Amino acid sequence: MSLKTLPLVFINLGGEMLYILDQRLQAHNTSDDNSEKVMNDITATMFSKDFVDELLKPQQLYSHRTLKTVLTRLAHASIMRLNPASMDKLYELMLMAFKYQVFLCPRPKDLLLITYNHIDTIRELVKDTPVVVNQVDEMHRKMIEVYSSLSEGEFQLLRQTLLIFFQDMHVRLSLFLKNKVQNPNGRFALSTSGPVPHGIYVPGLIRVFDSKGREVRRSQFPTGGTYSSSVKEGCFELRGDRVITLGVNMYTVHHPEETQTCKAPPVKTNDTPNPLAKEELNLLARLMGSMKDENKSKTETGFWINLFTTDEEEDQASDSRGADDSMFGLISIQAMQDEQAATELAQIAGQFAEQKQPEFTSCTKGDDLLAMMDDL
Amino acid sequence: MYHKEKSIQIKNSASSLYNNLGVLRIGPRRLTYFTVVHANVVNMVSASWDGLNYSHRQLQSKEPNVATSTSLIIQAAFCVLPSRELLVVTSQKGIQMYESDGSIMVYWHALDTPETPTAQAVFARGISAVWDNYICVGVSSGSILVFDVPSKGSNITLSEVLEEHKEAITDMASECSGSQECIADLVSADDGGNLCIWKSGEEFQLLNKIHGFDMSCSSVKLWKGTVVAGYGTGQIRLYEAVTGILHAEVNAHARWIYSLDIAPFSGLLLSAAEDSLVRVWHLNMTPETNSVEVAHLHNECVTDTQICGAKFCDADGYAFAVTGYDLSEIIRYTQT
Repeated sequence: MSLKTLPLVFINLGGEMLYILDQRLQAHNTSDDNSEKVMNDITATMFSKDFVDELLKPQQLYSHRTLKTVLTRLAHASIMRLNPASMDKLYELMLMAFKYQVFLCPRPKDLLLITYNHIDTIRELVKDTPVVVNQVDEMHRKMIEVYSSLSEGEFQLLRQTLLIFFQDMHVRLSLFLKNKVQNPNGRFALSTSGPVPHGIYVPGLIRVFDSKGREVRRSQFPTGGTYSSSVKEGCFELRGDRVITLGVNMYTVHHPEETQTCKAPPVKTNDTPNPLAKEELNLLARLMGSMKDENKSKTETGFWINLFTTDEEEDQASDSRGADDSMFGLISIQAMQDEQAATELAQIAGQFAEQKQPEFTSCTKGDDLLAMMDDL
Repeated sequence: MYHKEKSIQIKNSASSLYNNLGVLRIGPRRLTYFTVVHANVVNMVSASWDGLNYSHRQLQSKEPNVATSTSLIIQAAFCVLPSRELLVVTSQKGIQMYESDGSIMVYWHALDTPETPTAQAVFARGISAVWDNYICVGVSSGSILVFDVPSKGSNITLSEVLEEHKEAITDMASECSGSQECIADLVSADDGGNLCIWKSGEEFQLLNKIHGFDMSCSSVKLWKGTVVAGYGTGQIRLYEAVTGILHAEVNAHARWIYSLDIAPFSGLLLSAAEDSLVRVWHLNMTPETNSVEVAHLHNECVTDTQICGAKFCDADGYAFAVTGYDLSEIIRYTQT
């Protein structure tokens, strides 16, 4: 439906990814230098001019498989490594957090404020590296330019497109369950009390007018809720008080259990693996191609992080994870219908294989990485 | 006033789209059809009145070219004409018309989609049967396509394109098909909240244009010459169609209204919004004083659900049905 979803999707999901990785890096007692490097590398790739230009082109929001492939590549833009089970978990966390934000977004236009909250926090995470801060500011300016003029109706269409993308996902997040924003059945809690969004009138009033437009009568009706007037509107500029808190970092350093999900019942998705549509393949090729890795030093030591609480749990999750077990499997390109896209992708896959792999602290997990790359 | 009945389970959950519930009552066969849109599929359920038989069917969106991207369905609605009933399904690719039981597709109209995507999304939305033989469908450009429908067969033709709206059409509604004479018989609404009032015919006539307030009108109904419109501000406004006089304004909901419906025999009005509430109102028109009474009757809260469709199941408003985003059931309520 809406052709303007991709920038919002990547900034918000990328933002959630950075929040979660930041917390996991701290939980692993990663050195400040390494943490900073990971944050900077991922942010620099995500906000690189080429990638941003590709995102801003009007296009459909394609499948989870394409999105996950690009996000996996983003997560590996630095020296940090995640094995497939951890990547699956990361993807689930990111998606559910963004679904929550989109679902509870007070007005459709507030999707921008949620996005700007993510951008503001990312800017904080990379504040010691001016080059990257500039990239973030550039992207922020482009967003303001492109999205400020959209009508509420267009924002609602955008929101509806995103909601279709998240449909039927009910993974339970420990943090959400603890804060009672999510029910045990996975549904988000919707309140019938509190301030109304900005620009909406508090329900309860019926007004009747005469043919000259004068009010002749007013009456009240019981609303079944306790609503109050709206708070002030958030700021849509480069810097300012966003007012709404959706999109800020909800994870804290000292509670690693927050980035945990509860074992969810298997999701029955009806997107059976099938050859990617030509346009989707083209998009994937363009996005992957636009993520340059000039920063990669061939002699740097990489390290692994784990989205589970223990290494044993991660291993168990890896073992039980079959080819199609995760909710949205990685793309395996077997039936390719477009030769040109196939060549481009082969080149990209070739780039990964040609690079000398950095020395890993644990050799066995390196095999998983190579296998994952080969799948592309 | 109303109590909850047993829900009808559907094959997939409802998508967050305006007016996402279609209802058609088939008296002679003691059946009611329901349609709920999920992404690129329309879920149809045929429910017998004794509550014992349910049969399901799914309709896919049509692809002129299989290799292109998935075509999302925006709306599915029943169109009741004196001679026949059709199910109209609109998507990003075009407009499909089926026999009312969904068994056969009788007509397909492809939308003009540009070769390379422009910034504006292309889709059809807003469906209404008008008078004896027209079905009108809105487009994201603001155009309204008028189709001439014969009393049987598939020789449906595009009769006219109405270019008055500048923003995407959201919803359309009509009254007085068949014998009754009405001054205005079609209202169309758009994303800017603008309303156009039309008189059908070989050439449709624009009778009035009511300007919006830069806020989307997501759902609209026409009854006894009065336009009832629901907005993203959660408000409901009642206008006299031909003159544009504002009769009444209700601060009805705390979030975006997604669906309105009227039971024409009783004057009951149903409103549903993303605030998880469905409200029942009574409209009382007094032609002598040219005034309208709006009385609130009843609330139903569908816990933790952003409602996307709500319709009466009969012309008296004895029962109504509700759908919500991510919900795989049609919830029903009946008068106590």
